[in-house]
Amino acid sequence: MPNADRRLSLTQKRALSAWAFLALPIVFYVSIRFYPAIDAFFISLTDWNILGQRRFIGVDNYWRMAADPVFWKVMVNTFLYLVVGVGVSLPLGFVIAYYLDRVERGHALLRGLYFLPHITTAVAMAWVWRWFYQPVPVGLFNDILVSLDLPQQPFLRSTEQALYAVLAPAIWAGLGFQVVVFLAGLKAIPRTYYEAAEIDGAGAWRTLFEITLPQLRATIVFLVVVSSIAFLRIFDYVYAMTSGQGGPLDATKPLVLRIFETAFGRFDMGYAAAQTVVLFVLLLAISLLQLRLLRAR
Amino acid sequence: MNNVRLLAAVFVAAIGLAGAARAQTVEIEYWQYTFAQRVQAIDELIKRFEAVNPGIKVKHTHVPYDDYRLKVAAAVPAGQGPDVAQLFYGWLNDYLKAKLLQPLPVQEFSPAEIEREFFPLVREMKVDGQYYALPTAVRSLALFWNRKLLQEAGYDPLKPPQSLDELVEMARKITRRDASGNLTQVGIALDMGGQDHHWLREVLIRQMGGRPYSDDKKKVAYNTDAGVKATQWYVDLVSSHKVSQFGFLTNAVTAFRSGKAGFTIDGSFRLAALDGQAGLEYSVGELPAHEGKRFNFASYWVNGVTPKATGPKRDAAFKFLKFITTSEAMELWLEKVGELPARSAVATDVKIKSHPKYGPFVRALAYSEATFFVDETGQRKIFIDMVDRVTLKNQPVAASVAEAAAEEQKLLDGFFNR
Amino acid sequence: MTPRAAPGRTIAWTLLFLGGVVMVTPFIYMLATSFKTNVEVYQLSLLPRSPTLANYAQLIGASGFPRWFANSLLIAALTTASVLFFDSLVGYALAKFDFRGRRLVFVAVLSTLMIPTEMLVLPWYIMSKTFGWLDTYWGLLFPGLMTGFGTFLMKQFFEGVPDELIDAARVDGWSEWRIWLEVAMPLVTPALSALAIFTFLGNWTAFLWPLIVINDRDLYTLPVGLASFSSEFQTEWEIVMTGASIATVPALLVFIALQKYIIRGIMLAGLKG
Repeated sequence: MPNADRRLSLTQKRALSAWAFLALPIVFYVSIRFYPAIDAFFISLTDWNILGQRRFIGVDNYWRMAADPVFWKVMVNTFLYLVVGVGVSLPLGFVIAYYLDRVERGHALLRGLYFLPHITTAVAMAWVWRWFYQPVPVGLFNDILVSLDLPQQPFLRSTEQALYAVLAPAIWAGLGFQVVVFLAGLKAIPRTYYEAAEIDGAGAWRTLFEITLPQLRATIVFLVVVSSIAFLRIFDYVYAMTSGQGGPLDATKPLVLRIFETAFGRFDMGYAAAQTVVLFVLLLAISLLQLRLLRAR
Repeated sequence: MNNVRLLAAVFVAAIGLAGAARAQTVEIEYWQYTFAQRVQAIDELIKRFEAVNPGIKVKHTHVPYDDYRLKVAAAVPAGQGPDVAQLFYGWLNDYLKAKLLQPLPVQEFSPAEIEREFFPLVREMKVDGQYYALPTAVRSLALFWNRKLLQEAGYDPLKPPQSLDELVEMARKITRRDASGNLTQVGIALDMGGQDHHWLREVLIRQMGGRPYSDDKKKVAYNTDAGVKATQWYVDLVSSHKVSQFGFLTNAVTAFRSGKAGFTIDGSFRLAALDGQAGLEYSVGELPAHEGKRFNFASYWVNGVTPKATGPKRDAAFKFLKFITTSEAMELWLEKVGELPARSAVATDVKIKSHPKYGPFVRALAYSEATFFVDETGQRKIFIDMVDRVTLKNQPVAASVAEAAAEEQKLLDGFFNR
Repeated sequence: MTPRAAPGRTIAWTLLFLGGVVMVTPFIYMLATSFKTNVEVYQLSLLPRSPTLANYAQLIGASGFPRWFANSLLIAALTTASVLFFDSLVGYALAKFDFRGRRLVFVAVLSTLMIPTEMLVLPWYIMSKTFGWLDTYWGLLFPGLMTGFGTFLMKQFFEGVPDELIDAARVDGWSEWRIWLEVAMPLVTPALSALAIFTFLGNWTAFLWPLIVINDRDLYTLPVGLASFSSEFQTEWEIVMTGASIATVPALLVFIALQKYIIRGIMLAGLKG
């Protein structure tokens, strides 16, 4: 019996230490993360213009959202940002990392070149990109098109192209991060696997599909989740490249910009909060779905 | 003159210093949005004010334009932020509903005197017989033109177009294209997100014989032939006359500043920035007439005292408000910011009225209208979209105008029926 | 490794290099523009013909840039220190202690990754107002003191620390705190340096919250200062680019100095992620 007591107290002691480690962080997470999130949810049930009293209106804001054509336009845009953003940047990041991994001379320099955009501020870089998208003679891209005898493109002044024109610098800025993470994943694959493949006489493609990619599973899960969340929350570049409008005709407006203008442009706090709740649900759903799909063996 | 003022200031400051041990200093806070020249002007005014009011210190806070409304709205109910704040005239109703302003005390700000001295537009600041805010300056629009480009096109660089038709004709001659037909220089720089939506709303629609809103401001009134004609005329600059391109050099100011646009429509607050551009030779004139009719759009920023100011702070706040709406302050504001004095006597002073750059703006005030905005950002966007639907989606102009009018009516209804 | 692959390698290297040059073109454009005069900025050459430092002089002399710079540095450094401390503390507790509710705590912390900042900003603002945190450094700091991402990362790394080492230290009678600090922490330094760099860079560019909590220009961080500045000088393209360069170059130097550690840290993260 005394023995059992001692074991119990040891377990308890450990648990106590754990809670001691966690005490302050729990206070933080409860008061700075969960409480405000719940508060935001309650704000979404009110009509509140930040100045006056909050007026409880139930789920009216959600009905309003369902009937708001701009909201649906924004959802489509956000979906495009997410799918095209992840779909383009991940494969691109992988290809660059794949070849970069085999380079020894100037490796750090090359890696640095690809990572550099990641540490620039969107406000600043958006201005440069806006100039790149200009018509000739100012715009770099149109200069190139014209010199190849191709017609000029309107880019940001087109409801069809603007979304992709805004997405490009966002991909550009995030690519370096993906390259670096892929590089790390590639370096972690034991050399012996490749040596074994070589002995088996496996070609480059077979090695890629049977060793490299399966071994990168964890890296890919991580990057898909992280970059999906990033593209779902795209804001800086759209804001800076469209002068905060998300135009033309809402063609580039993502959910977060819609939230921003509802909250801080119109002070329609309840409606804005309802949209943040939708954003939250989306983030949650996508993350859970991806984890499930990619974790399943 | 300056020396006398300086001496007086030193004298007053000395007396103030002597009494400083006894008299407690009151600190009040003044807020406006960030704009280099406005900031410098207020800094200078505070310096002068403090020199003659040694017991008062004014803290000057300026906030980026895009966040200004939010910040004031969020701070004041919290007992934070400004004692005296600058606000756009169109926001007054929102501010009053939220109880963000105290009425101006009648003894010091007599309504009769205000109405005698200030431009009539200021009357919009009177609600139920009480004034709530006063402007230092007012602004209107004018046509800016690049003298060099006019000359190159064979025009007298000092003779701007007098009518809309002349404007189109001259713009056409100024426009340049490269071998493959791409625009390299525009006749007129257009920017719906800049001042053009005011031009279309308050000037072009009226010039075509219509009016933007009903007299009680509650109904959209431009869904008419005049509204369609005005919008068509504006869009034609790009689509049929091809003397411009939306987004050319990112925005109208940049295009004009870089010397690659013959004309642009802008406000007097742009003068300082353009004067700093080396190599740019430009002049300013009244907006072109149409069938002899001239209109203009006027707007202004006002100063009001928030409920945060109580007791001695309240007195200090009104004293400061009074000071920044004196003729002296207005002259300084004109000189530093380029905005016109809100007291008509100061503005119509011969020196200003015949000034080559301020003159056109001042003369326009006689025939200017101020839009009653219920949501400036939203109403601007409706106009931007109205033009975009035509130019990007090939929607017929009449349909687009009707859609915009319906949308804007919804905004107005939301405001008036709240 | 085989000589046969050499030409392929040269081609790959050249393509990678060209790609890299394309990647930094906007950056070079920004830097080049910052040395142009306001006449030359509208001419279409990439490099300034008569480079000038006037834009830098104007910015450093007449604006809050040096102060904003110092604020950003301070906030980023303090936030990073806090994140390193608390995230590794929580990560360790979740990785190495067995207690009831561990899974709940882990899921709770991880779920904060999915709460968008946009949702929290308004309640944070109300909170700051109530407690008088507006216009203070603390107001800037408090939302970022700990992160779900860092906790997750550290937990993954601490799981790689052999239990035997920890048990041995326990047998020797070391306190749990000491074991954490002196046994476990030294084994995860690559992760710590990676986390430090991510946190630092993330806070260096943080925008939305600083914009809302700070009114006093003396307390602006660099991105907020830059934004206020670009709305103020939006037509003065060369000045905006100069401000942007000033904001970017320090982060670049940090990256150059620490590039090795970033890669090393993420290499393990990739393995554990």
